[in-house]
Amino acid sequence: MTDSTPHSSSIPASGPAVGQDEWVARHAARRLMPVGPLRTVEERLRIVPWWAWLVLFIAAMSLLPVVESSGYVRRVGFDTVLYMLLALGLNVVVGWGGLLDLGYVAFYGVGAYAYALLDSDKFGVHLPTLVAVPVVVVIGAVVGFLLGLPSRRLTGDYLAIVTLFFLQLFQTVMTNGDSAFGHNLTGGPNGILRIDPLHLFGHDLTVQHQGVFAVSYFYVALGFFAVVFVALRFVNSSRTGRAWRSLREDPLAAEAMGMPVNWLKLMSFSFGAAVAALTGTLFAALNASVFPLTFYFVLLITVYTMVILGGSGSQPGVVAGALIISPLLEMLRDPGKSRIIFFAVLIGGVGLAARRSRTLGVAAAATIAFGFAVHELARAIDASWVSGEKAGGFAGAVDHWVVHPAQLASWIPPVSYIGLIAATLLVTTLHGRLRLVALVPTLYLSAFVWENVMLAKPEPARYIVLGLILIALMILRPNGLLGERRVEIV
Amino acid sequence: MALLELQGVSLAFGGLKVVHDLDLQVEEREIVSVIGPNGAGKTTLFNLITGIYRPQAGDIMLDGASIVGLEPHQISRRGISRTFQTLRLFLNMSVKENVMAAAYGHTRAGIFRSMLRTPGMRREEREIEALAHERLAFFGERLMGYRWDQPAFSLSYANRRRLEIARATATNPRILLLDEPAAGMNPAETHEITELIAKLREDGGYTILVIEHDMHVVEGISDRVVALDHGIKIAEGSFESVATNEKVVEAYLGLNTAATK
Repeated sequence: MTDSTPHSSSIPASGPAVGQDEWVARHAARRLMPVGPLRTVEERLRIVPWWAWLVLFIAAMSLLPVVESSGYVRRVGFDTVLYMLLALGLNVVVGWGGLLDLGYVAFYGVGAYAYALLDSDKFGVHLPTLVAVPVVVVIGAVVGFLLGLPSRRLTGDYLAIVTLFFLQLFQTVMTNGDSAFGHNLTGGPNGILRIDPLHLFGHDLTVQHQGVFAVSYFYVALGFFAVVFVALRFVNSSRTGRAWRSLREDPLAAEAMGMPVNWLKLMSFSFGAAVAALTGTLFAALNASVFPLTFYFVLLITVYTMVILGGSGSQPGVVAGALIISPLLEMLRDPGKSRIIFFAVLIGGVGLAARRSRTLGVAAAATIAFGFAVHELARAIDASWVSGEKAGGFAGAVDHWVVHPAQLASWIPPVSYIGLIAATLLVTTLHGRLRLVALVPTLYLSAFVWENVMLAKPEPARYIVLGLILIALMILRPNGLLGERRVEIV
Repeated sequence: MALLELQGVSLAFGGLKVVHDLDLQVEEREIVSVIGPNGAGKTTLFNLITGIYRPQAGDIMLDGASIVGLEPHQISRRGISRTFQTLRLFLNMSVKENVMAAAYGHTRAGIFRSMLRTPGMRREEREIEALAHERLAFFGERLMGYRWDQPAFSLSYANRRRLEIARATATNPRILLLDEPAAGMNPAETHEITELIAKLREDGGYTILVIEHDMHVVEGISDRVVALDHGIKIAEGSFESVATNEKVVEAYLGLNTAATK
């Protein structure tokens, strides 16, 4: 056995050789590494410490009210910071602990309601902000802990069901809390009104300043965000953080290596809940009112989307997720902007696919030609079919391409909708040239449905667009925007 | 007094007696091999000792104190650590973090101290890192250098086995349970593992209990060999005496009916 070390490090890791696992092990890194000047930039950027990024980010965020005087934009900025906080909290439970907690937004509600009860005319209690906020955070942590107790032995689907039940329970209790044991505790569906604003350094932080959304809440939220981000980052690189991630990777091995898995799960639940409750105080103080239905599925799904899209387990990732999704959802409210986003996603998706195969580029070109042909044909048959045409701008350009009647026959929306789903399913089952041919009318049909059906109802449409973006992204980057490459089983 | 002592330990899954009335003693700094055909109850024995299963009868004593009924993490803190037959690394964590995570049991810094980065917490963190460095350096260059910060899934199979051993030793155990450390290794690597186990005892002072199918390894390392079949100890003693024991040969190869007739 003299020659028993084929992997010896004396062999330089330069080229391929039998038995040299250095080179093989670095294969993935080599493929992912960009070349040329891009590589130099990436290497330089990697030297920048995380806190410098954070400072830069906070500085950039705090410029928002300076460059933008619109109260609406400022308000969206504030909501985005709230979403960033919520995403950071969920990341503790889902990203690090690996626990599928579907009751997460209930803790947000617990925080908001707790603040509402401690600082409103409801029971005439008016705790100072500097007392109320820590108390609410502790309440959130305790409720998280208590919910964790019965579910600490559960994982995966079972945990998801139990936590989902908790969210429902929270809803039911808050909605019916107006007659709990003969007392009106939560205001029921009417919620709690006239909640005190935050009171810091001897001033009430007003929401409106000369009729425009005041920036004080934005900066308070940003301050909370910075504190939470740093605190969680420190925890993540400590023994507790490592234990959380070990628990996510393999609970049995973690337990065998001396980590009290059940306790760690409770801690993870509790910390996620505490962050959510802290965010709840900001929400309640800003809106001066809380209602049960705010803390429900739509919000849950939105926060999950942010975490998954950004990269579960990565703090900058989930922040980026919130930073993208929150303004995006706002923009999708406006039909003009949402039209641009829809077509950008459509064109971008086809373009990305076309980079891989030239034939798809042909399909894209064919779709454009097909559209104009159909449009002209429709006009020739009956001018009323294109009567909904708008003039000028992007909308006008699109309407020269998509058939857009001013009045839709009542059968068109359901038929075209179901037709689109059927056509999409058909495309996925076909192969080769046939698929390409089927793709052209499918793309056109999707544009038709968008223009005629979805834009008529922007509220559901915006979640559909969000879903489309999520599907596309999950195909392109399964681990989210900034998520690390992950493996489940090797 | 034996460091680890099993007295009449039994475990059945329904009607299947996986381990039955098993007595076993392991002395301080001894290397004991457990052999037996597949399904003999070897891994179950490890699961019993580490608290993953609880024996239905009998007692398990560590240094004179019973550890039956303790949670696995409590048993780990008392000084029993193990590797897994089917590797169970924290695949999406870095090599270094895999080892650092295992220091959880003998470190103290709580969540709030970690948030505040107190001097004591930072000192402890440096100690954990030094420990990881030391444990990984035990394997020479294999797990050092750039591999430190690589995720564990990028390691080759043999290196994963090494990392499992490094992780197990980071809990500062007195007894190491190695479940088939040479499984899936090529002859050169198997030879290396044999030397490594001896070195683990010399340098680390560990008492080692090892399950192994490769008889060259068993012969090379064992002070004593225990053979199991259907959950019952069928032979115990030196490698030569166990390897030639009739019952052991029968368990592995079947009854030599042609010769008896």
